[in-house]
Formats: sequence, C-alpha cells, structure tokens
Amino acid sequence: MAAVRDRPISPHLTIWRWGPNMLVSILHRITGAGLSIVGLAALTWWLLAISGGTASYATFTKVASNWIGIVILIGLTWAFFQHLFSGIRHLVTDTGMGLHLRPNKLSAILTIVGSVLCTAFLWAYILGALK
Amino acid sequence: MSLGDSATELGKVEGIGSARRGGEDWIAERLSSVALLLLGTWFLASILFIPKLDLETVTEWLHGAGGAVPMALFVIVAFWHAVDGLKVAIDDYVIGEGNRWACNTVILFFAVAGASLCLFALGRIAFGAAS
Repeated sequence: MAAVRDRPISPHLTIWRWGPNMLVSILHRITGAGLSIVGLAALTWWLLAISGGTASYATFTKVASNWIGIVILIGLTWAFFQHLFSGIRHLVTDTGMGLHLRPNKLSAILTIVGSVLCTAFLWAYILGALK
Repeated sequence: MSLGDSATELGKVEGIGSARRGGEDWIAERLSSVALLLLGTWFLASILFIPKLDLETVTEWLHGAGGAVPMALFVIVAFWHAVDGLKVAIDDYVIGEGNRWACNTVILFFAVAGASLCLFALGRIAFGAAS
C-alpha cells in the first residue's frame, strides 16, 4: 500500500499569460458549471411548469419573458454554444489533432467567434419573431 | 496496490506517480458529451422550430414519443454529464479528500433529485390527458 500524500493540484491562474487557449479552457469550465446549475435548474422548472398546467406555466413564462429572464436565457444560449464548440474542440484534441500552436490558437478563437455569432443570430431571430 | 514496473524504487516507497485509475471516468465523460452533442442540438432545434411555446403546443409536443423520449434522454444524459463535469472542477479546486467527497456527494444528490423531478414531470405530461 502506497503512502497517502497530497496529489498535485492545478497551478494558480495568475501564473498563466492570458491568451485564447487558456481563456477557452477556463470558459469551458465556467460555462459548464453555469449550464449545470442555472441551465438544468431552468430546464427542471420549465418541465415542472408544463406538467403543472395553466397557472404554473403562466408563472414560468412571466419570469422567463421578463428582462432579467431574457438576460439569463441569452447567457445560457451563449454558454450552450461556447461549451458545445469548445467541447467539440476538446474531442478533436483528444485524438491528438490540432495541438500545434497555430491551429490550437486559431480553433480557440473560432469557438469564441462562433458562440458569439450564433447567440447573436439566434436572439435576433427570436426577438424579431416576437415583434 | 501495484505501481507497475515503470515506477522506481523511490517512487514506490513515496507512492508518487499516476493515480492508475480514473480512465473510465474520462471515457464516460466523453461518451456523454457525444450523446449531448446530438441531444443538445435536438433540444435547441426543437425549441426553435416549434411553432409556439405556449402550454398547448408544448404539451402536445411532449405528449408524443417523438418529444417525450428524446427529452427524457436529454434530461438523463445532461444531469449525468453535469455531475461528471462538476466533479472534475471540484477535484481540481477543492482541497482535502473529505471536502471533495462532501461537495461531490451534494452535487450527486441534487442531480439525482433534479433528474427525477424532470422525469416525473415528463411522465405526467406524456401519460396525462392531452390538453
């Protein structure tokens, strides 16, 4: 039986130079945590509200269509796309592809550009359809 | 516990080297991410292409197998992936074996409760009377 000792933990954020790669890495965690907590809570509430009938669904739509509800939904949409795109990037790099400096940096930038553009187009469509 | 042939004598005594387990967790997280790639895209596309998000339309959608079954799968895989993902963050940032265990256990309990509530709501919608 090996001696129990503290395993190494992640280095502190301040020793990293900011760049697209580390930004996307930490965004993957932040968006993942946000989707896990806020996103799944919203999904649970939505499904319960549907099953509850007219009154409970009205309460949900009242909050969701309020400006703060819309801000949260836009945030969740961006988190969804950011986590989706950087997740795909993770699956690609897991195979050993795209690890060289230039493609790695480019793919990191593309996930951010993609998530912002997709969120903007989607909400322009949604808010346009509501009018 | 065997550290394998690659460990030096000193390494064996000190118990350092790789953890030698955890590979299954890593594979499971990739597996659920690939499933979510499909189910998450389905969820977003459904929300976008459903004609209206009022109670009647949404209930009718989740009343049929085409809506209820993928939604149940989405709920199960999303909560599963959330537990796996949050565990990675907890294991990296929380110091102390006991604290990590406590955090991961609380997250697991919340996730099981949330997923159960969602599945209960889906069952109530699917097996209830069509509105």
